[in-house]
Amino acid sequence: MAAEFIPEAEPLHPRDNYLNVRYGVGSWLLTRDHKRIALLYLASITFFFFLGGLFALLIRLELLTPGGDLVQSETYNKLFTMHGVVMIFFFLIPSIPAVLGNFLIPMMIGAKDLAFPRLNLLSWYIYIVGAAFTMWAVVHGGVDTGWTFYTPLSTAAANGHVVATAVGIFITGFSSILTGLNFIVTIHTMRAPGLTWFRLPLFVWSHYATSLIMVLGTPVIAVTLLMVGVERIFHLGLFDPALGGDPVLFQHLFWFYSHPAVYIMILPAMGVISEVVTTFSRKNIFGYRFVAFASVAIAVLGFLVWGHHMFVSGQSVYAGMIFSLLSFLVAIPSAIKVFNWTATMYRGSISWRTPMLYAFGFIGLFTIGGLTGLFLATLGVDVHVHDTYFIVAHFHYIMVGGAIMGYLGGMHYWWPKISGKMYPEGWARFAALIVFIGFNLTFFPQFVLGYLGMPRRYHAYPPEFQVLNVMSTAGASVLGVGYVIPMIYFAWSMRYGKNAPANPWRSTGLEWQTTSPPPTENFPVPPVVTSEPYVYATESEVVG
Amino acid sequence: MADPRRLPHGEDGGPATGPGYLQHHFESLVQQKDASSLGMWLFLVTEILFFGGLFLVYTIYRWSYPLAFADASRHMDVRLGTTNTAVLIISSLTMAMAVHSAAAGRRRLIIPFLAATMLLGTTFLGIKAIEYTEHIRHHLFPGPWFHYPGPQIHARPAELFFSLYFAMTGLHALHMVIGLGILSVLVVQSRRGRYTGQWHTPIEMSGLYWHFVDIVWIFLFPLLYLIGRHVH
Repeated sequence: MAAEFIPEAEPLHPRDNYLNVRYGVGSWLLTRDHKRIALLYLASITFFFFLGGLFALLIRLELLTPGGDLVQSETYNKLFTMHGVVMIFFFLIPSIPAVLGNFLIPMMIGAKDLAFPRLNLLSWYIYIVGAAFTMWAVVHGGVDTGWTFYTPLSTAAANGHVVATAVGIFITGFSSILTGLNFIVTIHTMRAPGLTWFRLPLFVWSHYATSLIMVLGTPVIAVTLLMVGVERIFHLGLFDPALGGDPVLFQHLFWFYSHPAVYIMILPAMGVISEVVTTFSRKNIFGYRFVAFASVAIAVLGFLVWGHHMFVSGQSVYAGMIFSLLSFLVAIPSAIKVFNWTATMYRGSISWRTPMLYAFGFIGLFTIGGLTGLFLATLGVDVHVHDTYFIVAHFHYIMVGGAIMGYLGGMHYWWPKISGKMYPEGWARFAALIVFIGFNLTFFPQFVLGYLGMPRRYHAYPPEFQVLNVMSTAGASVLGVGYVIPMIYFAWSMRYGKNAPANPWRSTGLEWQTTSPPPTENFPVPPVVTSEPYVYATESEVVG
Repeated sequence: MADPRRLPHGEDGGPATGPGYLQHHFESLVQQKDASSLGMWLFLVTEILFFGGLFLVYTIYRWSYPLAFADASRHMDVRLGTTNTAVLIISSLTMAMAVHSAAAGRRRLIIPFLAATMLLGTTFLGIKAIEYTEHIRHHLFPGPWFHYPGPQIHARPAELFFSLYFAMTGLHALHMVIGLGILSVLVVQSRRGRYTGQWHTPIEMSGLYWHFVDIVWIFLFPLLYLIGRHVH
């Protein structure tokens, strides 16, 4: 992309960037600056990440031994429910879009802000209000329905704080809708002169696809939870079998959102990987349009596969066959991305910086997660491994091995831009290694456990499963350490880190063409784009 | 276009001076208007999907229990429902006139048309409240007090019908209340002379919202009130 005005690594003057332009709590809580709102989100989701992690730790501690000794089964049910609710709705869904997307999309398209800055701030407040409801439920005894809220358990049987939790998720959903809406409008209307659709960074394409899902899917989960809520409060019998209502209909509505929600979590991470792989291979992305359209294809296909969660719920066999086939199709655009990243690296000039380590981790783990997804999309295999640890391992390979690896890679990649400081590379590489080892030690044994028949969501298990469970718990501890280390050195670098130059990675992205950290208006002069993205090297340089 | 950096920033989010209503992060009024329109239409898409969940549930249960739904529908007051439909359609007309007046720069007409729209909206909610009261008095609200006066073979699916009736019309009424809140803000801002022929985006966007809420009712009315008319 065109670089017109970059004075490289100038000294920081007081009050010249978005971080020091104004001080005080009010300047943060009432800000309209997309970059500051991104940091508000960063602080909140980091809190929820460690809260959800705490629940996971307690789950893994309980599973260290076959008997139910640490917690009772009721407490255990609440633990895995709250782990799922917190991690999915309050960490993973907002993670990359609300932090990195919020921060970067206006900069990547050469705009001063998102189209609706006030709505952007409102979305954070809505998130906090929703989180407050859910936290209230956690503090007052939690909820034990699983994050899926299946009826009639959630409407008639469960004693926990189903309504407070559902209201929390309902409210937070609107923050997601507003973020998606803001991104779509911004990408459509606020691109810099010369920045055509096919010059957009792939990060922006993947967020566009993500936003489509947020806007089209989230209202459906909202109204579904609303129906559960009115059924509990007013005794309207919308899913009540006693009145001839259909609890499976709830599952259809729930998964109509919640399957695409998986792509809300993974698509932004794919966007990060596209940026990181090109930068650290110093090569143009292989097959730009394929990667871009693969994002949109994943978003569209994602809406057509929800029935694969219901193969054993009494759905018709023919519906199951169609959903199985459609689920296989999602593998095509996903594979296109993996192959194109690999092809981008081929004969590239690869540097082993931390973001690239996370990208390697992502590609490997996402591939395992995706391929085991094909096992689960196969009707016969799914009947065998349904509701076992196999599926737990599968979706953690996507959500932790994929989405969180992408998130951490992105945080390292853009940290110099966000904070104006360099993180310590040695520690960061070490932490990336710890995360990779800890992750695999935690979740690979779960594939085996599931295949051997250990069901999910029980706090006790037969003694022959103990060895694998001990491995998994040990891995979780390692993984936890791997997540704490970056927290420490990111905080450390804010004060003690080296000042970051404008473009430490020599990237071609528009966001790197302004100072680190950027001024409130992002660019001193509105940029004009005159070339394709990712113009890293000419053919001769690559070959030579 | 002047250098956009020299435009007032409007840190309070509102318009500053100059071509005041241009917010600091937009390059031109056209861009700002495009963003607002696209944003509003996208919001309406989310609303369609929001109501869509309930319409889907309705469709499936009606398909499962066609006779019971038709029978339960006979307990609706068609005269009140028809009146309310007419009231809402007229309110859409007055809303459209308010938008038209704003666009044509006839600022004196904006407030009367907005007020008329609000009056009609309130009338709708009043009539709806009368209907709700009647239903509750006749034990047609689902739950422990529900007692179906029709053939008992239909009683349980009829309770489903009334669950959907209250959920759908309740959600619609909530949107009407929100709409009335938005219109009252518009009235206050119009009194302050905020809107001109050149810039009246909030009125236009609120108009889209109001029409959307009307259209939802246009679907609710036949699905809830009229399906019993054809089945004997």
